[in-house]
Amino acid sequence: MGRFVARRLLQMIPVFIGTTLLIFIMVNVLPGDPVRSLWGDKPPDPVQVAQIRHDRGLDLPLWQQYLHYMGGLLQGDFGNTIAGNRPVLDEITQAFPVSMRLASMAWTFELIVGISLGVLAGIRRGRFVDNTVTLFTLLVISVPIFVVGLLCQLFFGNELGWITPTVQDSESMSQLLVPALVLGMVGLAYVARLTRTSIAENRQADYMRTAVAKGLPRQRIVTRHLLRNSLIPVVTYLGTDIGTLMGGAVITEGIFNVTGVGNLLFQALARREGAVIVGVVTVLVLVYLAASLLVDLLYAVLDPRIRYA
Amino acid sequence: MRGAKSAKWVAIAGVVALTATACGGGDSDNKGSGKVDPKGIVSYANGEPQNPLQPSNTMEAYGSVVIDSLFTGLVYYDKQGDITYENAESVTPDKANKVWTVKLKPGWKFHNGEAVTAKSYVDAWNWAADPANGQQNSSWYRDIVGYEDVHPAKGKAKKKAMSGLKVVDENTFTITLDHGIPYYEYKLVYKPFFPMPSAALKDPKKYGESPVGNGPYKFKSWEHKKSIQVTAWADYKGADKPKNGGINFKAYTTPQGAYNDLRSNNVDTMPQIPDSELANYKQDFGDRAITSDYSAINTVNPAFYSKTFKDVDVKVIQGLSMAIDRETIVKTTFSGTREPASGWVATGVKGYKAGACGEFCKFNPKKAKQFVKDGGGVPGNKISIQYNADQPHKGWVTAVCNDIQKNTGVKCVGDPKTDFQADTEVRDKRQVKAMYRSGWVLDYPFNGNFLSDLYGTGVDGNKGEFSDKKFDALTKRADAAKTIDESAKLYQEAERELRNSFPGIPLWYNKITSGHSTNVKNMEFDQAGDPVLTDVEVFEK
Repeated sequence: MGRFVARRLLQMIPVFIGTTLLIFIMVNVLPGDPVRSLWGDKPPDPVQVAQIRHDRGLDLPLWQQYLHYMGGLLQGDFGNTIAGNRPVLDEITQAFPVSMRLASMAWTFELIVGISLGVLAGIRRGRFVDNTVTLFTLLVISVPIFVVGLLCQLFFGNELGWITPTVQDSESMSQLLVPALVLGMVGLAYVARLTRTSIAENRQADYMRTAVAKGLPRQRIVTRHLLRNSLIPVVTYLGTDIGTLMGGAVITEGIFNVTGVGNLLFQALARREGAVIVGVVTVLVLVYLAASLLVDLLYAVLDPRIRYA
Repeated sequence: MRGAKSAKWVAIAGVVALTATACGGGDSDNKGSGKVDPKGIVSYANGEPQNPLQPSNTMEAYGSVVIDSLFTGLVYYDKQGDITYENAESVTPDKANKVWTVKLKPGWKFHNGEAVTAKSYVDAWNWAADPANGQQNSSWYRDIVGYEDVHPAKGKAKKKAMSGLKVVDENTFTITLDHGIPYYEYKLVYKPFFPMPSAALKDPKKYGESPVGNGPYKFKSWEHKKSIQVTAWADYKGADKPKNGGINFKAYTTPQGAYNDLRSNNVDTMPQIPDSELANYKQDFGDRAITSDYSAINTVNPAFYSKTFKDVDVKVIQGLSMAIDRETIVKTTFSGTREPASGWVATGVKGYKAGACGEFCKFNPKKAKQFVKDGGGVPGNKISIQYNADQPHKGWVTAVCNDIQKNTGVKCVGDPKTDFQADTEVRDKRQVKAMYRSGWVLDYPFNGNFLSDLYGTGVDGNKGEFSDKKFDALTKRADAAKTIDESAKLYQEAERELRNSFPGIPLWYNKITSGHSTNVKNMEFDQAGDPVLTDVEVFEK
């Protein structure tokens, strides 16, 4: 197990360098000069443009910029933004906790409600509960997330007045509740469906028959035997979803004016803030890598047959 | 002004294309007791400013509105486009309009207690002109003698101060220009001409995070990406004393979010209603809906270097212009929230005159076809209009193209670029295929700002490389005029000349479309599209 973890950690290094380099190049290939764009559609001042490019090191060849950037990164320096010359680290440390809170709320929601619905539907396959869950998840998956978000905003915010239409304070848990529900909705549907299929399949397995024949209590059969074996695909999904929830919340964060990572990334892209984009993606890559490592480790816990030397 | 740099551009709003129609109603009852609370706080839907809050480094809308609340400049202007004196008692030119003497009203102070003197102005401008200080608006001082020494096109600054700025006494200074400009005081309206206290120049970085101004409001706090708060300043000497206790500039990432908050009274007002709501905002807000004039114009301009328009006969462009049914497009695409343009200068500025474009801006399909035919058409009988797809331009571009195609037989297609950055890059690199969309908001309320700065031969703002010798001669004459009125009149002549050379097709003038919550009254917007926040009154809760 220890060697497995070490190997996985070592694998992270090339993945990390590869992704940052790729993003770095991609940002540079995008049309539009971030320094020039500070002037909007008004004619820029060439002297100032040159000055800013020089100050931010943007006049160096790309490979030098990358080396500089990586060098800084190793010392925890994410560079500065082009507009405003603020440390990128400030922007990141401001946005990540917000997204982390939002994502973890959405994730918990996915986990608890999704698995419960899946188990219910899987055990009563073909019955009323199963059909209801199937219909509900189909609806959630097929309706785009921004429609759900806007409907929630208009209905609960503008019509009923239960919530404020946008989040007034991105740090408040209660304010983040509705966006988190919206954000976790699609994942919930997938989790429910995955669990349902898996449970329905495993219910026919030999060990289940054995367990029933042994006369074990129903509760124990479901949680210890059925659920544990059925969770492997669900855990895989939930693991990768952590990363998706963190970075993929662009739409939800936009609708509810939550100043998280999705929003930061979107704004940075619109302003061609290379350092911010690379910085955010770097952290997201780390989150992904950590989550997938965790998933792999969980496999072994869930199913002792899966062992790593 | 050979490419004077210009005012604010609307910051790239993070528009995630959200299109949904709000269902009507939503008017909540007027909660207030009807009594005004002079200490009430007005909240304004803004966004995160692009740069630190220094007046000479602020040109986009999010920062501009905050700077305007914290600072009062020498002069401003009224609804007629006439100059009003704010911190200046008088601004007087010599006979040649070359040496301008500024006298300050005595007794004004900065929020930190420092006196506002002639030196506060001169030092601030000299500091901002130095490229080492990285101020985006520094080229606004380019008319002043000695600017080249401080801000050379290449290499390091030779001097730290412009020789054209002289402090006479505590409340008087002179500005010497390298050539006479009759309307120079209009330029002084703009932010780089605001004063700064001496502490600002000592520690600009700290200052950018917590600015000290001389305006109606005093800086309180800035929580990045959340809000900026300012409070009414009791010792303010200006005429526009705040009628409320302060402003909370809330940062929004999308206009749609701001709109929904405005509808449910969570924010008191916002700059512009998102386009997707133009059809319903009047219904949503009733008598709290705001529609007012705004000095901004939209055009589509030919790229005169492109294959399509290189050797074009002006008749073709005139014909294309006549093929566009502005009235109908304004009604259908913009729900009547724009006004068809009849010239190249926007309404509400000094020297504006309706009808400069004459019959060429009136819908006339028959003549349109004839003109395009007489002019010999365009190569390939096909044109395109370039626009940025990150803002809602597609609708009207399609409508304009449809009109052109239907009425002249010239094939017309939209040429979308992914976003504004990509769009401006293509324009800067002179790679526009045929035409591009363009918009201009006033820098200062004078018709010359819309003419020589955009269509003069070789100026920075002239992205289509338009050139008309007659027009250049006329603007030169206007710049050499003795008085402002004379200059404005001569500029009108120059504008009329444009109908014979057609640098761009005027489409419509923008209007302010906004609304306010039930918490406030007296919400208005000025000619530059900025909210007049000092006049807003807040109801008691």
